[in-house]
Amino acid sequence: MTMIPERPLPAPIVDVFTAPFWQAASEGVLLIRRCKACGEAHWYPRPFCPHCASDDTQWVPASGRGTIYSFTVARKAGPVPYVLAYVTLDEGVTMLTNLVDGEVEALHIGQRVQVTFRAGEGGAAIAVFTPCTTP
Amino acid sequence: MTIKRKACIAGAWEHPLRKAPDKSTAQLHYECARGALADAGLDFKDVDGYFCAGDAPGFGMLSMVDYLGLRVRHVDSTETGGSSYLSHVSHAAHAIATGHCDVALVTLAGRPRAEASSGVAAAARPNVPEVPFEAPYAPVTLNAYALAAMRHMHEFGTTAEQLAWVKVAASHHARHNPHAMLREVVTVEDVLASPLVSDPLHKLDCCVVSDGGGALVVVRPEIARSLQRPLVSVLGAGEAVKGQAGGRVDLTYSGAAWSGPKAFEEAGVSPHDIRYASIYDSFTITVVMQLEDLGFCAKGEGGRFVADGNLIAGVGRLPVNTDGGGLCNNHPSNRGGITKVIEAVRQLRGEAHPLVQVPGCELALVNGIGGLLGTRHGSATLILGRD
Repeated sequence: MTMIPERPLPAPIVDVFTAPFWQAASEGVLLIRRCKACGEAHWYPRPFCPHCASDDTQWVPASGRGTIYSFTVARKAGPVPYVLAYVTLDEGVTMLTNLVDGEVEALHIGQRVQVTFRAGEGGAAIAVFTPCTTP
Repeated sequence: MTIKRKACIAGAWEHPLRKAPDKSTAQLHYECARGALADAGLDFKDVDGYFCAGDAPGFGMLSMVDYLGLRVRHVDSTETGGSSYLSHVSHAAHAIATGHCDVALVTLAGRPRAEASSGVAAAARPNVPEVPFEAPYAPVTLNAYALAAMRHMHEFGTTAEQLAWVKVAASHHARHNPHAMLREVVTVEDVLASPLVSDPLHKLDCCVVSDGGGALVVVRPEIARSLQRPLVSVLGAGEAVKGQAGGRVDLTYSGAAWSGPKAFEEAGVSPHDIRYASIYDSFTITVVMQLEDLGFCAKGEGGRFVADGNLIAGVGRLPVNTDGGGLCNNHPSNRGGITKVIEAVRQLRGEAHPLVQVPGCELALVNGIGGLLGTRHGSATLILGRD
């Protein structure tokens, strides 16, 4: 069995809108965005709702648990291989991410995963996902 | 208002170079423009509309109009990656139909081989809304297509062997093309034996990286009839953009599911009528998904549709990319749209290589996918006919 390889993560881009997202990440919390007008969550986060166009949206913490929608072992994209994936959070939105801390051969679509954080360049926390140890 | 039979593709030219260390990108654009205009029997002074996309150097369209010495009254620099040039043909037909120009020149050129600049990750620059939430994870072009391939296999049982047949077909065509980068016939086994680059895609599931380019001349039908070339008319067109839908990601279909029906409706034909198809082949999975989305087979049946040589001219049920496509012939500037149109024009004129020419080819479809299938992409469909 091969452990999932990891590549160094870059520093995140922080601006006025994304600052609360990165602050929460540093505290181990993955934030998503939810619309108070239509109730729908969306990803990637925006100051308005891409489903109904209302600007009455807010940051809310995600459960941090989800399932693998798709994944690929990126073997030639950089000096170090890594696993790129789409994870569908239990809140219903699907996000692009990297998978870490599991066995490559055991990865499969539908697998339960949970959020964990890795330090990017400069130390900021970046959300990645790892296979769940409990169902 | 329709563009059906309001414009003709009178000139089409593909640069024979596949590596251009000694020519600038602008010079390649010029050589492509000169080639397509000569093919049509027209001159630079006849051009009154100009179209280019993100591969144009400098200030893009402004730089190129100035560099080429054009005097234009209509311009368009629609940028949808590799599908841009299909959109340009459609937009040129609209401009011609509404009297905004008579002779439209479309050019593409680039030198990613000479510059070693293929498949780079999205630059982590500020003020691009998706970048903070995607760039950390390095969704490089190839990997974004692999995500779609992995999901397609999971949902529909598509196999690596079936994907490989797309490459096999391209190689059977490329052996007849003296300009093709890869002219050796490959087998399904060869594709599967090539290294995995981004699971489930192997090295031979990927298009070539090439320098060069191409150009098209789209003209008013009255002008086309005055030239000494077979008449190739634009019959229908469709465009679509597909992204991640605010987190409701569905990787099982491409924007061709939206651009295709619009083009078929405008042309008044159906997939059963199409005798030849140029299908954007950045990767083998790209072709399988478009064939399903365009209605050549049911959703999920694409793998079975392409297997057993069904895309090979003279053998299969739908000849696709008879020049060898991006998989074997040419993918200039990492953008394959214009070469797709050029080969369709050759087929409709009866000027494809005799060993891949579709007999009596009167109706062809061209589909382009630009951007990244897995994250956000454009799809453009053209239906062209021989009059």
